[in-house]
Amino acid sequence: MNKKSRILIVDDEKIVRESLYHWFDEENYYVETAEDGEIALKKYSEGEFDLLLVDMKMPGMSGLDLLIKIKAIDKDALIILITAYSSVPTAITALKNGAYDYVTKPVDPDELAHLVKNALQQKSLKIENALLKENLDEVIKPDNLIGESFQMKKIYELVHSVAKTDTTVLIRGESGTGKELIAKAIHINSNRKYSPIITVNCGALAESLLESELFGHEKGSFTGAQFKRKGKFEMADGGTIFLDEIGSISLRMQIELLRVLESKQFNRVGGNDLIKSDFRIITATNEPLEELVKEGKFREDLYYRLNVFTIVIPPLRERKNDIPLLVDFFIGKFSTVMNKKKKKVSKEAMDFLLEYDWRGNVRELENAVERAMVVGKKDTIEVDDLPFHVSKNIFELDEGDNSLAAMEKKYIQKVLNETSWNISKAAQVLGIDRATLYNKISKYDLRKDEY
Amino acid sequence: MDIYLTPLKFYNQLLLQNLVAEFSKRFSCKIHLNDLKVNIDDFFSIERKQYYSTQILAEVINLTDNIEGKVLLLTDVDLFVPALTFIFGEAQLNGKHSIVSVCRLHEEFYSGISNDKLLLERTIKEALHELGHNYGLRHCLDWDCVMHSSNGIEEVDIKGNGYCPACAKSIEGYLW
Repeated sequence: MNKKSRILIVDDEKIVRESLYHWFDEENYYVETAEDGEIALKKYSEGEFDLLLVDMKMPGMSGLDLLIKIKAIDKDALIILITAYSSVPTAITALKNGAYDYVTKPVDPDELAHLVKNALQQKSLKIENALLKENLDEVIKPDNLIGESFQMKKIYELVHSVAKTDTTVLIRGESGTGKELIAKAIHINSNRKYSPIITVNCGALAESLLESELFGHEKGSFTGAQFKRKGKFEMADGGTIFLDEIGSISLRMQIELLRVLESKQFNRVGGNDLIKSDFRIITATNEPLEELVKEGKFREDLYYRLNVFTIVIPPLRERKNDIPLLVDFFIGKFSTVMNKKKKKVSKEAMDFLLEYDWRGNVRELENAVERAMVVGKKDTIEVDDLPFHVSKNIFELDEGDNSLAAMEKKYIQKVLNETSWNISKAAQVLGIDRATLYNKISKYDLRKDEY
Repeated sequence: MDIYLTPLKFYNQLLLQNLVAEFSKRFSCKIHLNDLKVNIDDFFSIERKQYYSTQILAEVINLTDNIEGKVLLLTDVDLFVPALTFIFGEAQLNGKHSIVSVCRLHEEFYSGISNDKLLLERTIKEALHELGHNYGLRHCLDWDCVMHSSNGIEEVDIKGNGYCPACAKSIEGYLW
């Protein structure tokens, strides 16, 4: 025992106080005594005691009252109650109110020694555990959330201020800006951090699948449902559920979602039992939800339910001073993954990267750096190592519709044709995920035979 | 400083002689047998059927305060302090009085089988232990040391029968 554990004995009977005092003193503990609850409270607030032995029956403030008062100040306080006689209701009351244990007077010395030793050991383990968790926090910081620009600093501030609350958050931003990373940052800085964050890409699933994915299903509830399965809402119990591409869910699912958000209760598909789950919800979209509301494609009530606290992630082209930092981060990441020497970036290549429009945002930049790391033969990344569609003018402007949507449609069509409609490859080149690409294909009604 | 072994309601003469012999081997000081006339019946708890150790000590302190040395009381009766079901002994920390009960050191107490050798060994350990408190020692973490706490008879048997080198330094005239 490097440091003496501190014990406070609270008993109105002097002889009990004294005999316990001597017993603990000989056991090498630092011991203090108090003859009533008031003195005990004062000593506790001044003294940083590791353990309290409190007599249940005292005139004035009872041991139980003292327990409740101390627990209100310090929920981790370790208290053993001493009772004159053993009874189940007494024990239950004591334990319900947070006592570590209770003993009957007189106490068997062996029992007392073990009880106190175990209690103190448990407390030190708890402290050790908390320290380990604190260290863990440093490890799980989303280190791939990069950016020192004022826009990103503002976002970090927003994340910090909203994380500890249970407020619903809507993250908005173009594809590839890192909406999921922000959701994770909120989660790991929240009080729910030791429970899971469950991510659902609503745009990637058909309506029926999404329903089963979110709510789970009972065995035999539909063809292929061979086993009972927990839904994502159930899995997120205690934690956070992150619904990406929320703008793409059907009106029917919107009603279901609204119901769950309001009641935190739901049924599994094909099930009758009400399932309760305690989750925080974070959603994300790159679609103009307000317009979808106007068009009747997105329920207004759900929109307001989700749009409680909004974080808008700027596109990379609006925070270009983060590009060198991001490039450096991705080079470091890929050199580790590929077991290659960390490359530098030539001035021309960096100028190019800074000039480029980055429609696919950070994800596109990441892909560009990855490609350059793969194809580049030198120790320095040159302009020629950058992907074709980045290093050349993307495509010529023509006389027709030059709106952003038209340009996007044209560009996606071009990449799809170049990759022979290999969706994975095309999505990689575009710097978006497959689900987003499917949505774009559907939105612009792109077809393979159109080419 | 001499040691005064003082029997109180203690009738095992053989054990007493053996204890004196053992202490004489271990200490450079003189070991006295002290005959003290004191009635401890006032300190008997009818409810608990045990004797209140702290009160016995207080009474003896009054009567033997003039003695220059350590006064170790030995008794056959079962001892208690109010908070605990029983105690093997009690001592003044940094004082000169202590008491050891052999009631629960008898093997008969646990198994019904008498074992004089074991009783002597246990008595030596507890007597040395309480004496250690008189010399200012608190409980030692070393199981080989007699100053290790013993809250049950198993722990009395497990721990060593002498002081560890660190604790021995505090005991005046200890030879082992």
